[in-house]
Amino acid sequence: MRRFSLPTLVAGALNAHRSWPRQWRDPEPKAYYDTVIVGGGAHGLGTAYYLAKEYGLTNVAVLEKGWIGGGNSGRNTTIIRSNYLYDESASLYEHALKLWERLSDELNYNIMYSARGVLMLAHTVHDVQSLKRHVYANRLNGIDNEWLTPAEARAFCPPLDISAGARYPVMGAALQRRGGTARHDAVVWGYARSADAMGVDIIQNCEVLGFTRGSGGAVSGLETTRGTIRTRRVGVVAAGHTSVVMARAGLRMPLESFPLQALVSEPVKPVFPCVVMSNAVHAYISQSDKGELVIGAGTDQYVSYSQQGGLHITTHTLEAICELFPQFRRMKTMRSWAGIVDVTPDRSPIIGKTPVPGLYVNCGWGTGGFKATPGSAQVFAHTLATGEPHPVNAPFTLDRFRTGRLIDEAAAAAVAH
Amino acid sequence: MLLVNCPYCGARPEIEFRCGGEAHIARPVQPSALDDEAWAEHLYFRTNPKGTHAERWLHVHGCGRWFNALRDTVSDAFTASYTMGEQRPDAGKEGE
Ligand SMILES: Cc1cc2nc3c(=O)[nH]c(=O)nc-3n(C[C@H](O)[C@H](O)[C@H](O)COP(=O)(O)OP(=O)(O)OC[C@H]3O[C@@H](n4cnc5c(N)ncnc54)[C@H](O)[C@@H]3O)c2cc1C
Ligand SMILES: [Zn+2]
Repeated sequence: MRRFSLPTLVAGALNAHRSWPRQWRDPEPKAYYDTVIVGGGAHGLGTAYYLAKEYGLTNVAVLEKGWIGGGNSGRNTTIIRSNYLYDESASLYEHALKLWERLSDELNYNIMYSARGVLMLAHTVHDVQSLKRHVYANRLNGIDNEWLTPAEARAFCPPLDISAGARYPVMGAALQRRGGTARHDAVVWGYARSADAMGVDIIQNCEVLGFTRGSGGAVSGLETTRGTIRTRRVGVVAAGHTSVVMARAGLRMPLESFPLQALVSEPVKPVFPCVVMSNAVHAYISQSDKGELVIGAGTDQYVSYSQQGGLHITTHTLEAICELFPQFRRMKTMRSWAGIVDVTPDRSPIIGKTPVPGLYVNCGWGTGGFKATPGSAQVFAHTLATGEPHPVNAPFTLDRFRTGRLIDEAAAAAVAH
Repeated sequence: MLLVNCPYCGARPEIEFRCGGEAHIARPVQPSALDDEAWAEHLYFRTNPKGTHAERWLHVHGCGRWFNALRDTVSDAFTASYTMGEQRPDAGKEGE
């Protein structure tokens, strides 16, 4: 791996950057791996990276049925924050946020983490009470989140209309300054490049079709479109397709998959300094470094793998955005798309063991797992390497649906972000 | 937007309906007799198939009645609508 640095960039510039090596290999699958990750999204690639980096496990493959980052990792609106209500979630998402803060350095890859602040608007007395409750709960957990008056919110985000005549009057806002955005593709590529350099095989166009089982029903290998691969430890990180993959191992999951949409406007000069979300009108918006307004919509109401949501869902979101920011009414929409998100009943992820020995799962991130990427990957690598959960993911078991110890973040995840 | 075929009113736009999730999940007659595993299965575990899905719909802005439908979750195309209590039309062929 040739590191990016000032001298290597200058040297590259001298021959029009034609001398850079490919960023990761394209290997043939080996017959056996110690650990196989199913799913080449950022969570799966990150898991492989931490397995190699922190646990010295390098006989590892990541199997991806399409191309890496072609799933939700490359389809999301990249909002990062950690101001979740419950202790379990706060510690999980804050673990991730701390890793985001130094991820570019660690990977020697500019993932463009931008702590531009996430502002959550309150339009009703109920919003005020619930957002303040979040602020206090977050502070008790050592997570930055502060309450702003309407005037303070407008000072932080000048495009905001705080006049009393606004359709949805702003009664205040909660602000997490360390929240923000990152470049999703760069996260995928950065993890892939570093994992590959440590010996991890990234195998694309390789769909997992089935599992072979050994003594006691334990996983002994995988049937794939590129042949059989033997292994004793499998981590499934397949987002919207988790139920499909797990069914191939004979397991039912507490998951439903829905299309979730997003859209971007034509690119314009910097007009929008932070991330703004509004639970009440169900909309959120930020501006990418390319200049596009990035707008997240909701999920369809029915289970679907069509990766193409209903247009009335995006229309509804645009109505809300244009009520909040009438100045954007004349802008053009460039494109919209969907990803398939796997949603749990309590809107919290599942990271850990399954009833099948050797089979582990990291799923249920639903509409909001990008922000957790480095933390999710790190604690899942710990779980795979040691066979036991990291303290941070210990509460996020599959078993909680049986014991009843749910982590009900339905409120925090009310807006799909 | 989907066109949903209500067995009572005919094809109407999706915004008139509320999807009620997976169909044919019978509430246990005596929940207290179930162990935690079976109760969790009833409450939370779903088939979530990539293929034919039997699901409940409510024609909330129409006749106000519940019914079941079969829909392909890849193409989103409906293949059947049937009234509550009727057997699944493709019974025995699920999970194709
Ligand atoms: C429109 C949209 C907006 C979002 N906005 C945000 C946001 O602002 N903030 C936030 O925190 N989160 C957001 N999310 C959620 C976030 O994108 C996901 O939680 C996160 O990216 C999941 O990462 P992943 O690596 O687990 O999944 P993915 O990137 O989807 O990776 C899973 C991979 O598994 C592969 N796979 C599936 N089946 C198989 C198989 N049988 N064999 C081999 N490979 C297989 C898939 O091809 C896929 O590449 C958004 C999601 C969407 C769709
Ligand atoms: Zn009707």
